[in-house]
Amino acid sequence: MLILGIECTAHTFGCGIASSTGEILVNVNDEYIPPTGGIHPREAARHHSAVAPEILGRAFEEAGVEARDIDGIAISLGPGLGPCLRTGATVARALSIYLNKPLIPVNHCVAHIEIGRLTCKIDDPLVVYVSGGNTIIAAYVEGKYRVFGETMDIALGNCLDVFARRAGLPHPGGPYVEKLAKAGSNFIKLPYVVKGQDVSFSGLLTAALRKLEEGYRLEDLCYSLQEVAFSMICEVAERAIAHTRKRKVLLTGGVAANKRLQEMLRQVAAEHDAIFKVVPREYARDNGAMIAWTGTLCLRHNIVLPVEESYVRPRWRLDRVDVPWMEA
Amino acid sequence: MDGGVTLSLLKKGAEAYLYIDDWFGFKVIRKVRVPKSFRVSILDEQLRRFRTVNEAKLLIESRRCGVPTPIVFDVDLLKTTIIMEFIEGELLRDLLPSLSKVERKSICRKIGEYIGLLHSNGIVHGDLTTSNMILLDGKVYFIDFGLGEFTREVEAMGVDLHLMLRALESTHYSLAEECFRSVVDGYSSVFNMAERVLRKVEEIRMRGRYVSERRRKS
Repeated sequence: MLILGIECTAHTFGCGIASSTGEILVNVNDEYIPPTGGIHPREAARHHSAVAPEILGRAFEEAGVEARDIDGIAISLGPGLGPCLRTGATVARALSIYLNKPLIPVNHCVAHIEIGRLTCKIDDPLVVYVSGGNTIIAAYVEGKYRVFGETMDIALGNCLDVFARRAGLPHPGGPYVEKLAKAGSNFIKLPYVVKGQDVSFSGLLTAALRKLEEGYRLEDLCYSLQEVAFSMICEVAERAIAHTRKRKVLLTGGVAANKRLQEMLRQVAAEHDAIFKVVPREYARDNGAMIAWTGTLCLRHNIVLPVEESYVRPRWRLDRVDVPWMEA
Repeated sequence: MDGGVTLSLLKKGAEAYLYIDDWFGFKVIRKVRVPKSFRVSILDEQLRRFRTVNEAKLLIESRRCGVPTPIVFDVDLLKTTIIMEFIEGELLRDLLPSLSKVERKSICRKIGEYIGLLHSNGIVHGDLTTSNMILLDGKVYFIDFGLGEFTREVEAMGVDLHLMLRALESTHYSLAEECFRSVVDGYSSVFNMAERVLRKVEEIRMRGRYVSERRRKS
């Protein structure tokens, strides 16, 4: 069984083809990079519709697969930016009707977890999913990935990116913050906000920006911002490990590429005798392959959607999705 | 930990190690906030020291308000350690699903009353989960006040109650609604600002990520 997956929740339009045996045949992605400022949903959607034909064509060509040979089209229906979701969904619906193949609704957050489980060969992890749009600590319990902690406002990647942008660093800012942080040495006190199982980054971001205006050294600020933000993530992750008693930890999502965060979480996991895995870089950021692979899991459990019911779901929470393939 | 005596480790929690010890004839818990190597030492020390003092103060003050908490015997700030009464009960997290509906209701109501008592005395717990409540002889003890604070802000109280709801939803999802309703009943019966706080809880819930009702309302 071969599934085509289309990712289009935010800045990336991506196509991947996966087999039900867990083979990723192809993973082609194109990211919208705004000329200035952040991502405007409409501009990103325009980008997606412009690149969609080429990306789709390349996916089939590089995989050496004919369109009629695929068994279904998986589409990321949410959560994400409305205009981007609608653009991707339009492509997917058209393909589904033209090829007469089932349309498979995939939750973007579930896909980040599933691609991590597949590529890291890890079965039942405590998941730390950190990206530009999401910050979630989750674990599988009876039928669903339950949320054991999340951000109450902006996402971790969002916090780092906005700080970077205001500091005049190029897009995407996260990796530049990481690089500069290595040259930081003075720890500047910034607000550390953990509320029970949840975290909050908006106050931290504001405080860091204020210090920036006050003229603190950028390297020191990058260092301190990372240390505080990552410590918050590690603390709630550690509580979740203790609470759920999971023996494995999976780091996934765009910010998973950050080496300092990896190092910190590795220590947290080690302290609780848990195995620690990081999703490979190619699959850390938004990508089509993760939607395709999750699509194969869904189709195996007959999770399909008639085209006329395939509304986008901009606010589709992770803990609302049934994941029947996780049942032992 | 002094004099080379090996203490028995009761629990290795996320934040602290709990040891069972003897304190002039009392069976006590030594709660030691251990250094976390993953975070920078300045931040680590700052957090551990603050939370140790904070927790001790809140445990004592909460007890004074009539909310069952372990008696604090001593605080060793250099070792970020609290020595407190050992409540030899069972964690509510493990017990809650096996209780009868009637028992569950009465215990959740009691929890609500205690939260109401705390809030009316200007205390928020900061981490209201069923893992932080111990049931002993029909009495619910609140523990783990490290994230709490002294405050009269409705926002803080709302966050506190919202955490309770979130904890119920993630750990006892099938019982969450029923349990939270009883908590609210108890809470409203002892706290005259309950209504305002509950409105805040709803507001906080709407602020959360991907709340579908938010879109429909606006």
